[in-house]
Amino acid sequence: MVTMTDYAGSQPAWCPGCGNFGILNALKKALVELGLEPHKVLMVSGIGQAGKLPHYTRANVLNVLHGRALPAAAGAKIANPELSVIAVGGDGDGYGEGGNHFLHSVRRNHNITYLVHDNQVYALTKGQASPTSDRGFVTKTTPHGAPAPLNSLAVAIAAGGTFVARGFSGDVEHLAGLIKSGIQHRGFALIDILQPCVSFNHQNTYAWYKERVYKLEEASYKPGDRSAAMEKALEWGERIPIGVIYRQERPAFEDEITVLTKGPLVRQATDPMQVGSLFDEFV
Amino acid sequence: MGVDINLMVGGEAGQGVQSAGFIIAKALARCGLSVFADQDYESRVRGGHNFFRIRASDREVSAISETLDILVALDRLSIDLHQKEVPGDGAIIFDADKVKDVGSSGNLLGMPLERMAVEATGNKQAANVVALGAAMALIGYDAVAMNSVVLDYFGSGETGKANAAAAGRGHEYAKANVKADSQRRVSPLGGQKRMLLNGNEAVALGALAAGCKFVSAYPMTPSTTIMEYMAGKADELGIVVVQPEDEISAINMIVGAAYAGVRAMTATSGGGFCLMVEGLGLAGMTETPIVVVDGQRAGPAIGLPTRTEQGDLQFALNASHGDFPRAVLAPASVEDAFWLTVKAFNLAEEYQLPVIILTDQYLASSYATAERFNLAKVQIRRGQLLSETDPAKLERYKRYEITASGVSPRAFPLQSTALVVADSDEHNMEGHLIEDAETRTAMMLKRQSKLEGLKKEISGPRTYGPAQAQITLIGWGSTLGALRETVDAAAQDGLSVNLVHFSEIWPFPDEAATMALRGAKRTFAVENNATAQFARLLRAETGHQVSGSILKFDGRPFTPAHILGQLRKEVA
Repeated sequence: MVTMTDYAGSQPAWCPGCGNFGILNALKKALVELGLEPHKVLMVSGIGQAGKLPHYTRANVLNVLHGRALPAAAGAKIANPELSVIAVGGDGDGYGEGGNHFLHSVRRNHNITYLVHDNQVYALTKGQASPTSDRGFVTKTTPHGAPAPLNSLAVAIAAGGTFVARGFSGDVEHLAGLIKSGIQHRGFALIDILQPCVSFNHQNTYAWYKERVYKLEEASYKPGDRSAAMEKALEWGERIPIGVIYRQERPAFEDEITVLTKGPLVRQATDPMQVGSLFDEFV
Repeated sequence: MGVDINLMVGGEAGQGVQSAGFIIAKALARCGLSVFADQDYESRVRGGHNFFRIRASDREVSAISETLDILVALDRLSIDLHQKEVPGDGAIIFDADKVKDVGSSGNLLGMPLERMAVEATGNKQAANVVALGAAMALIGYDAVAMNSVVLDYFGSGETGKANAAAAGRGHEYAKANVKADSQRRVSPLGGQKRMLLNGNEAVALGALAAGCKFVSAYPMTPSTTIMEYMAGKADELGIVVVQPEDEISAINMIVGAAYAGVRAMTATSGGGFCLMVEGLGLAGMTETPIVVVDGQRAGPAIGLPTRTEQGDLQFALNASHGDFPRAVLAPASVEDAFWLTVKAFNLAEEYQLPVIILTDQYLASSYATAERFNLAKVQIRRGQLLSETDPAKLERYKRYEITASGVSPRAFPLQSTALVVADSDEHNMEGHLIEDAETRTAMMLKRQSKLEGLKKEISGPRTYGPAQAQITLIGWGSTLGALRETVDAAAQDGLSVNLVHFSEIWPFPDEAATMALRGAKRTFAVENNATAQFARLLRAETGHQVSGSILKFDGRPFTPAHILGQLRKEVA
């Protein structure tokens, strides 16, 4: 039986009150509720405050470069699809530095779960605008205000996403449910998580989010219609929807690789002699 | 007098230069000759000027010649550009309907190539095959034997039959219209048939034999055919080939796959390798074994996209910030490309680091005959793996345990209940990120200490020619064939020249290099780059200062005649 103790890691080096704590708790809760043992889980993270998350729990960990969590996660998943692969990063990491990987990972529909800690600011480098900063957000690098934000959920739907959701780190219970659904989804599950940065974002605070967020499942919303989902993804301002915005069934990238039907690549034997049959073609 | 045939097929992109050249090369290889062929093509899909140049001999050949016995000119430009390479007794095959003003010297074989193609196949596109048939007749190649090579290439269906008919017509025409004395006879030599393959195919076969299970690569000339070949064999051999969004993704994917436990590789050219540099450092820091093929082309930036250079050596040695051990191998031939790729995977896993294979456009697309590689000699050494039967140890598993060799036994996720933690941040033995000075220093020393064992695995240079010589040529990578033939040609010319040639570059075999160069009188670095990059490395690692250098950076490969000519100027 898997318990929270199995996922107890070292003391986080995040600021007191950081929104990351809610995400860490929700993730652990989801893994425990799914009964997944730590050695069956691989967390791949990028760089930023979010990228440190795997060190604060217990699992297999591959902490890679800024923006590159998704390709590394995809490589590991293809090598061993029996691993539950969870990629973790921030908004700058995933939508800025790793933007191209984000687009194409969604499109290819790798069977991984992607948690984006979206605090709308660069926190590790102490407070610069991010790809999701609200328009006009003033920082040291954007003294005249940030340009328009990227709507990652809409982008994911447009790119062929099969599981597109938004959570809020201030509602751990709800977020844990989303993460569970994401892990169970066969395909690429994007969970963009609203996460207040108590040190560098004094605009999008807990209070600011709490006033605005509402749960889609309580609003009798059905996430199966792509056009309706696109409209819902674009909703931002007075009211901000959280929950599963879009969901569809499409074979995951790994499910369509013929070789993987014979089992994980890591367990497939190697025999140099089998190459001999190829030599005839060159004669 | 033995057989030594030099033949070129030239024409526009889209005219089937490559197909015709390849079929001729294969036909020559099938009669037991040693064949070497290189390709020169422009970065375009139609038009321009491309050529496929073949040399075949009953002696071993490994370089191209500057003179031609037969020029198959599929367009007018090919005659204009290459007629000067054809001596008086050579022959030029061309389409007499299209090219009418080339004069009437005895060696011109004008024939209605396109008309004959239409008659045979209904399509003028087969003019290249008609022409190759004519070329085969000129060297006395048996029509029936030719027919089977053409069918093997095009398949035995309608297309194959039509092309065989086209080749047959070309053969008959040339046989009937050319005086017998201009024919160079080729006859089957018998014996074991050898393979004809190019550098990229050899790298791909090496990777497959080595048990590479995962390839992620972004198409880039000249390396694309590595991933194409492997993708074509993926289902048969149980490997996965992915074409990701960019080279950054490619290298990070293979790091992920290698971390998870499979042998993984990417292949690119210099520009793509530029994008991979940060990922290379990731492999260095996380001690993840990966193999990266850089098929060099003329740079910087887009440079000459389809042409050769050895300009990435210093880049490969130094790519990425910070210090970490790596290996750099530069195959000298098609055969070397196979074996060094096998070696690359072993070094990568035994020492848990990135290994770079430096080929170049010349090696990648040049065809050579080779014996079937002896697969019984392929060893797969995966390095230290944590025993799956020692659960007590697994509970305390430390991915980066400090050991005498610097190599920490690897475990893979899900192999047991042990957790495998790898980090691009500086980390402790458990793999968790740290910032303290003491651990940082210990980890850096641990990684660097792997170089000591790695260095013992590196082979010293090949030597060729007389033990004592007035001049010693120094080269590396794909230039071996041209340099060997230069040594032979120099000897015939009365020049005393020998060769020291490197294909395993890093960690630098300094002691072996010093030994090989002991007693050398005048040394010349011969390199396909503008700044004698290898000579700089040699000086840095051994203190040896070359007397001079012969450099070529026009995107074209060396020929023995060119090297010898330059050498004569240097020593005059």
